[in-house]
Amino acid sequence: MTSADGAAPSADAVTGVAEGAMDMAEGLPDDVAALIGGVQYEAVGEFPVERGYVWTSCSSVENGNPLFWDDDVADELTGGAVAPPTMLSVWFRPHHWAPGRKEEALPLQVHFDLKTRFELPEAIMSDNTIVFHEPVRPGDVLRTRQILRSVSEPKTTKLGTGRFWVIDVEYHNQRDELVGVESYTGFGYRRNER
Amino acid sequence: MITAPALMLADAHVGDEIAPLSYEVTATTVVLGALASRDWRPMHHDHDFAVNRNGTRDIFLNTPNQAAWFERYVTDWTGPAGRLGRMKFRMKGSVFPGDTMVLSGVVEGVDTDTTGCGWITLLVTLTVDGETKTDCSVRVAVPTLPGDNPWSRRRDRWQP
Repeated sequence: MTSADGAAPSADAVTGVAEGAMDMAEGLPDDVAALIGGVQYEAVGEFPVERGYVWTSCSSVENGNPLFWDDDVADELTGGAVAPPTMLSVWFRPHHWAPGRKEEALPLQVHFDLKTRFELPEAIMSDNTIVFHEPVRPGDVLRTRQILRSVSEPKTTKLGTGRFWVIDVEYHNQRDELVGVESYTGFGYRRNER
Repeated sequence: MITAPALMLADAHVGDEIAPLSYEVTATTVVLGALASRDWRPMHHDHDFAVNRNGTRDIFLNTPNQAAWFERYVTDWTGPAGRLGRMKFRMKGSVFPGDTMVLSGVVEGVDTDTTGCGWITLLVTLTVDGETKTDCSVRVAVPTLPGDNPWSRRRDRWQP
């Protein structure tokens, strides 16, 4: 299990060093350098986009936007039901369990691969950018792929010593239309000895 | 013809402040948000794990759910015709049960792109007891004229 998470336990500890920390490291191990810019982990979502989750998500934040609750408004504005744009990653988070699965399925596998590769037991996400393209609609079956954009040289922050990395996740629908891109800045680290 | 209420581009001006949203976060808020975003990781539902493994004082809001809160806050203001183009978060601290989180926003930019799409850039800040927990820069498209609909834009006419 990992402590990696976007809502960082103490991400303020890395704020201020994140800017400029994403410069590509010189002398990066060859196997890691070879991954920069390459497509990894192409996958199809485990289930079609569906309205039950749309309503559960809206309910969780008391979002009464009629676009998601009133079919007449959705028909008028978007030509039918759409999912909230910020649900993009929801459609790719794997089931907690599935028949035949031997290992825990993890979203953003490249992030966990890097933790393992650099033997960094802890990690946080400091920045997250989401760009929304074509609307996501109930019934869509989305595809995703991960692209490692950069890995920094070793850095020391208040959290510990480790490396920053930037990973893009691209999402397409079944018509090969780009529906969104997420960019994550992660910091994998080993806690400083006290 | 759009009949749903909508903020128009001309209604927004740099420096405008959006009415804040205050919300008392409970354990249910955190767990509901995590499960709604299919985030099964224990720091969002297991107090013991959060405290003894993560070293935090409690379970805490996950990022996808924070994104949903930001979306709700922005589209409460724009109305349903508002279409998100881009969001960028910077997390500075966590939000725990017992916190009263306050979302506030200020207009930082108003412009029209080369396709004629009207954009508002906002800085939305989530604070607890006056301390910033997350900054979120949001770019949202709104109608430029009555009858304009950002959601009708496709491909080259949508440049988020």
